[in-house]
Amino acid sequence: MANPVEQFKIQPLVPIEVGGVNLSFTNSALFMVVSVVLVTAFLTLSVRGRAMIPGRWQSLAEILYEFVANMIRDNVGSEGRKYFPFIFSLFMFVLFGNLLGMVPYTFTYTSHIIVTFGLAVVVFIGVTIIGFARHGAGYLRMFFPHGAPLATAVILVPIELISYCSRPFSLAIRLFANMTVGHIILKVMGGFVVALGVFGIVPMAFLGGVTILEFGIAVLQAYVFAILSCIYLHDAIHMH
Amino acid sequence: MPQFDPTFYATQLFWLCVTFVLLYLLMSTMAMPKIGAVLEERQRRIDDNLDKAGQLKAEAEAAIALYEKALAESRAQAQDLLRHSAETLSKQAEERQKQLGERLAGQVKAGEARINAAKEQALAHVRGIATEVAKSTAAKLTGVTLDDSKVSAAVSAVLEEGR
Repeated sequence: MANPVEQFKIQPLVPIEVGGVNLSFTNSALFMVVSVVLVTAFLTLSVRGRAMIPGRWQSLAEILYEFVANMIRDNVGSEGRKYFPFIFSLFMFVLFGNLLGMVPYTFTYTSHIIVTFGLAVVVFIGVTIIGFARHGAGYLRMFFPHGAPLATAVILVPIELISYCSRPFSLAIRLFANMTVGHIILKVMGGFVVALGVFGIVPMAFLGGVTILEFGIAVLQAYVFAILSCIYLHDAIHMH
Repeated sequence: MPQFDPTFYATQLFWLCVTFVLLYLLMSTMAMPKIGAVLEERQRRIDDNLDKAGQLKAEAEAAIALYEKALAESRAQAQDLLRHSAETLSKQAEERQKQLGERLAGQVKAGEARINAAKEQALAHVRGIATEVAKSTAAKLTGVTLDDSKVSAAVSAVLEEGR
């Protein structure tokens, strides 16, 4: 049986080293590029016809666009309009990373903690900067809820601070864990199908169900990543 | 697990940075404005059509109002005309009746005058005949021929008495 974690192995395709730092073009980077190309091609080619009555592809592109637009409008409000391109890129990047990973023999870059953490840190730092830019030092009130007795500050401030600082970790680990576990399950079940021969039909059926579930999770996790970013953005703009 | 091997952390972060910035630029400058334009154009088209429909409706309503006004006007005009002609006709009929009545009254008066004249004439004749009869009766009875003027006076007196 193949090692179920082997699929996560990084393989350098074009070795690059800059100033002693390994910046090789790896299979992970390759699929990030593939994802960017696919997203851009899909979104630009589908609306090329600018049809009044959209076809399937154009309809899909419009649905994704309006889905994220509504998500921002509902969760952030009208001020969130200027962050729409960022949230949309984030959503599409994670969504395509997750979905591409469902294709056999591909590499799932969203199953790597450093990638998800990188995205989460961008959101975290961005949100914190926006918060301080809008409210100045008043943004520190985030860590002490309105109306709470001053004496409780000793307990509340550390709790709020920890909860605020754990945001990028929860965001990163949620996506990473979901993708990694899903792919390990698929790999292990696939191994069982081969090992059991004729009786492999049982794990095979199970595998079918899990695959459908994994597609659902792929979409759902992209949605969760985007909507949590929206909620953090809302906090930074409106403060609680 | 390869995820926790830091060997490739730097390269993954580097390429994540490169690809994500590229995606952000492509989305914000190319893909999203295109999709946004399509959606906006559709919305504008829908709004346009709604506007046009509203305008046409208003026009139709104005036309109906105009038509109804014209209808009411012509109805009033027709009634006016009807009343006017009825008045004229009744006036004419009255006039003609009056003329006819006058003519008839004139004719009646003329007829009465003629009858009166005939009556006078007849009465005069009666006097003549009575005088003749009285004269000849007196002659036959007495054999005396009376004077015409005397007989006539006597008859006149008798007639005057009988009247």
